[in-house]
Amino acid sequence: MKVQLFRFFLFFVSVGFFLLGQPTANAAELTISCGSNGLERQICQSGIDAWSKKTGVPVKVFSSPNDSNDRLALYQQLLGAKSADIDIYQIDVVWPGILAKHLLDFETQVSAKEVSEHIKGAIANNRVDKRLVALPWFTDGGVLYYRADLLKKYGLSVPSTWEEMGSVAKVIMDKERASGATDTWGYVYQGRAYEGLTCNALEWVASFGGGSVVEPDGKVSINNPKALKAIDLIASWTGSIVPPGTLSYSEEEARGAFQTGKAVFMRNWPYAWALLNSEGSTVKGKVGMAPLPSGEKKGPRAATLGGWSLAVSAYSKAPKEAVDLVRYLTSAEEQKRRAIEGSFNPTRFALYDNKEVLAKNPLFKDLKAVFLNAVPRPAGKTGAKYNRVSADFWNAVHQALSGTEKAGPSLKRLEEKLTSYSNGGNW
Amino acid sequence: MKWVGKIAFYFLVTLIVFYAVFPFYWAVVTSLKNGADLFKVEWIPTSPTLVNYRSILTTDSFLQSVLNSVLVAGATSLFALLIAILSSYSLSRVRFRGRSLVLLTILSVSMFPQIAVLSGMFELIRWLGLYNTLSGLTFCYMALVLPFTVWVMRGFMKSIPKELEEAAILDGCGPTRIVFQVFFPLMKPALATTGLLAFIAAWNEFLFALTFTLSSDKRTVPVAIAMLSGGSQFELPWGNIMAASVIVTLPLIGLVLIFQKHIVSGLTSGAVKG
Amino acid sequence: MEATASVPVFPIDRPASAFKRWQQWLLYSRVFWAWVFLAPTLITLVLVAGRPLLGTFYLSFTDAELLTLDDSVTWVGFKNYAAILSDPDWWVALRNTLVFSFLSVVLETLLGLGIALVLNEEFRGRSFLRAAVLVPWAIPTVISAKMWTWMYNDMYGVINAGFMALGLTSEPVAWLSSPSTAMFALVMVDVWKTTPFMALLILAGLQLIPKDVYEAAKLDSGSPFRIFFKITLPLIQPTIAIAVIFRALDALRVFDLFYVLIGSKVDTGTVTIYARQRLMEFQEFGVGSAASVLIFLFIGSFTLLYLWAVRPQRDEA
Repeated sequence: MKVQLFRFFLFFVSVGFFLLGQPTANAAELTISCGSNGLERQICQSGIDAWSKKTGVPVKVFSSPNDSNDRLALYQQLLGAKSADIDIYQIDVVWPGILAKHLLDFETQVSAKEVSEHIKGAIANNRVDKRLVALPWFTDGGVLYYRADLLKKYGLSVPSTWEEMGSVAKVIMDKERASGATDTWGYVYQGRAYEGLTCNALEWVASFGGGSVVEPDGKVSINNPKALKAIDLIASWTGSIVPPGTLSYSEEEARGAFQTGKAVFMRNWPYAWALLNSEGSTVKGKVGMAPLPSGEKKGPRAATLGGWSLAVSAYSKAPKEAVDLVRYLTSAEEQKRRAIEGSFNPTRFALYDNKEVLAKNPLFKDLKAVFLNAVPRPAGKTGAKYNRVSADFWNAVHQALSGTEKAGPSLKRLEEKLTSYSNGGNW
Repeated sequence: MKWVGKIAFYFLVTLIVFYAVFPFYWAVVTSLKNGADLFKVEWIPTSPTLVNYRSILTTDSFLQSVLNSVLVAGATSLFALLIAILSSYSLSRVRFRGRSLVLLTILSVSMFPQIAVLSGMFELIRWLGLYNTLSGLTFCYMALVLPFTVWVMRGFMKSIPKELEEAAILDGCGPTRIVFQVFFPLMKPALATTGLLAFIAAWNEFLFALTFTLSSDKRTVPVAIAMLSGGSQFELPWGNIMAASVIVTLPLIGLVLIFQKHIVSGLTSGAVKG
Repeated sequence: MEATASVPVFPIDRPASAFKRWQQWLLYSRVFWAWVFLAPTLITLVLVAGRPLLGTFYLSFTDAELLTLDDSVTWVGFKNYAAILSDPDWWVALRNTLVFSFLSVVLETLLGLGIALVLNEEFRGRSFLRAAVLVPWAIPTVISAKMWTWMYNDMYGVINAGFMALGLTSEPVAWLSSPSTAMFALVMVDVWKTTPFMALLILAGLQLIPKDVYEAAKLDSGSPFRIFFKITLPLIQPTIAIAVIFRALDALRVFDLFYVLIGSKVDTGTVTIYARQRLMEFQEFGVGSAASVLIFLFIGSFTLLYLWAVRPQRDEA
C-alpha cells in the first residue's frame, strides 16, 4: 500500500517536472543563427533590429558555439531532422557542398546584377550544382604578418617568395639570438592537425603552382612535383626557423607567439591586426601586413578563401521573410556598416574603394587584391566529402611537417586515398 | 621518530594539494589578466583587473546558465539516487534468475561512446516534445548516470551485514521499509558520494546540453562557456573564459564543503550489534 | 560473508507447515519486489538508451549518411565493418586508446588509493584537503582541456616556465607536438582530472570498514603496512574493482581530452575520435555507427574479461 502511494508520488513529481519544462509556443517569427556571443553577435543584432523595425517581423538570434566543428555538427543535427527551429544559418565557406540539399536556392530570388556585385570567388564557392545556396556575407584570406622594426633594423625588405622569407627569417633569427633574445624564432603558422592546416597548406601548394588538391573538374591533383617542392620546403623549416610547438598551434597560439615578440613572421587571418596593435601588445606599432609570398619569383600569390555566408533553411516556415532578411544583411549598406563598426571584410568589392570604409580600415586597400584573388578550398567540387578530403590532406601534411614521413610518399599515398573515394572524379 | 612520519605525511598532503589545485590557481590568475598580459607567464599577476568578471556577469544569460546547470544536475542526481537505491537493493540483496544479465545490461549502456546515441536521442527528445527543455536534458542524463550509480550503490549495499535485514524481515518490514528505513540511513556516505559524482557528471556534460537546447535561457554552463567569443570568430577571449570557469567552479566547491560531513561519516560498530 | 539475506531458519513456535508456507511466500515476494524495484531503472534505460542504440546497430549495416537518413538507406551487410577493420588508422587509434587507458587507470587507481588513505586519517586541514582534491573534477572537461593546452604551450606555457625555473629542462618542450611526449602529457591531464573520482569512491569504501576492525588489528600486528595489505586492501577490494571498471569504461571512450589538446590527428587519435569523425565530420552514418558498435564490442569483451578475473573475490548468484 505504502509502495503504491510512493509510486504515485514519484509519478506526479515527474509529470510536474515534465510540464514545467514545456517550451511556450511562439507566434510566427524568424530565428537566425549568426555567431556566438561577443562582437559578432552584437553587430548582427543591430542589423537585424533595423530590419525588424522596417518590416515589423520579429527576429530571434540563436547563439551558436564558437568552434566551427561544433557548429556544423549542430546544424547537421537540425537540418537532418528537418527542423524549422532555425530559418537562417550562417555557414562557413566550406559548408555549401555539405548542406546544399537542405538550403533554399537564391538563384531565382536575387537579380544577376546583385550577384555580380559580390566577389566572384565567393559566389562561385556558394554555387552547388547550379544552385546558389547562400549569399556571401563577409570574407577572409590568409596574410603574412612581419616585424617591420626587425626588417628595418637589419636592412632587409619584405620577402616576395617563400625561399626568400626562409632566408630572411633565418638571418634575423640568428642575429637576434646572438644579441640576447634567445627565444626568437623565424616563422609561426597554424600547424595543428585541423582545418586551419588545410588552409595554410593550400596556400603553399597553390603559390608554387601545384594546384588545389582537387581541381574544379574533380581530378585529384595533389601528387605533383610543384606541390612536393612546396611542402618539402616548409617541412625543412620545422625545428630550424619554425618552433616545433607550431605543429599544435591554431590561430590564437600563433598570434600569441607573434604578439609577444617571439617570431619574425606569422601567417594568420586579418583579424589579428587589431589585436597586435592593441594596448599592452609587445609588438604594437611594429607590425606590417603583406600578401603571402609566391613560389617562384613573380609567381601567383595564394591566400586561402575564408569567410561566411547566409543561407535559408529549406524547412523554414517563413521563407519569403527569411530571404528578404538575408538580402538586407548582405546589402551594400549593411556590409558597409559592418566594415566600419566591426572591420568585417565585405564581399562586395566596390566597398573596398569606399572612402568611409577606407578611413576606418586603411588596410583594406592592400587586402582588396588578396580577397579578389583568394583561392577557394575544393569544397564545391567534393561536396559532402569535403571534410574527409580535408582531413586526409591535413594528416598527410602534418606527417611531412613533423618529419614522421617524407612528403613524397605521403603525397602519393594521399593521392591514392583520395582517388579511392572520389567516385571517378565525380565525387 | 614520530614527527618524521608526521612531516612526511604533511609533505605528501602538500604535494597532492599542489597538483590538484595549481591549475585552478592558474585559472584564477589568468582570469585577473587582460589583453596581451594573457600571453605572459606571471606567477602573481602584476596588474590584476576584474574586467573579465564584469564582462561575464553582464553577458546575458550567463547567470541563467549557472542556475540551469544547478537545476539539471540537482534533479539528475536526485532522481538517479532514488531509482538507483531501489534497483541496487534488488541487485545486491535478492537472489533471482537473470540478475547477472540485468547487471551486465545496465553496465553495457556505459560501453557506447556518447555520440553513438546522440542522433537517436535527438529524435526521441523531439518526439516527446522535450526539445529545448531542462527536463528533457535531465531525462537524457539518466542514461549517463544510472549505470554507475546502480553499480556503486549495489557494491556498498553488499557490505551491509545480512543480520540487519533478517531482523527487519522478522519484524514484519516490507521491502520498501527495509530499503528506506534500514538501509538508507546506513548508506548515507555512499549516497552522498554517489550523488556528488552524479551531480558533477551532469554539471560537466557538454554534448547533449549543446544538441538538445536551442534558446539561450535553457543553456547550461559548459555550453554557455563554449559560446564565449571575442571580436571575431578566431579570437578566444581567454580571460573571460577563465573568469567564467572560476565562477562556475566555486558553487561546486561550496557544495562539497557542505556535504563533506556526510561523505566521511563512518559506519560505527553500534549498528551491527544493536 | 554472504550478502544476500537468507530466509531465517531458526525455530519459532508455529506449526512446521505454516512456517514452510511463510518461507515460500517470502521468497516469491522478495523476487517480485526485486523486479518492481528494478522497473524504473530498466524502463528509463530502455527508453533513453535502448532505442537509440538499436538504431545505431541497424545503421551500422547500412550506407546511411546523416543528411539523407530519410531518403535512401540501403542495406550493405558487413561492408562498413570490413572497411573499418582494414583501415590502418583504426588500428592505430585502438592501440593509442589501449595505451592511454592502461596508463591512466593504473596511475589513477594508485594515486586515488593513496589520497583516499590520506583522507581517511584524522588530521588538521582534512576538510580543506577534501575540497581541494575535488577541484579538478569540478571544472568542466572542455575548459580544463583548453586550460592545459595553454599550460603546455612551448612559448608562454607555465609548465615549461616552471620546469626551466626548476632546472628540469634547459629549453621549452613542445609537449603536444611530438607523439611520444603527447601521450604522456595527455595521461597527466587525465590523471589530474579524474583521480578525485577514484579517490572519492575508494574513500567511501574505506569509510564502510568498522573502526573496531582496525582496533583489533592494531592490537594484533601493529605495523601499518601489514594492516593495510592484510586487512584494509581485501576489504576495499570490491570497491576498487567497481571504481576501476567505470574509470576504464570512461578511459576507453575518451574523446574531449584528445580532441581539444591534439585535434583529429591520425597517429594520436583514439577510437572515439575515429568514430566521431566518421559520424559528424564525414557524415558517414553507416560507417560511424559500425565504429561505435565495434567500440562497444571491444569495451564489452574487456569488461567481461575483467569481471571474470575478479570473480573469485566476489560472491555471485
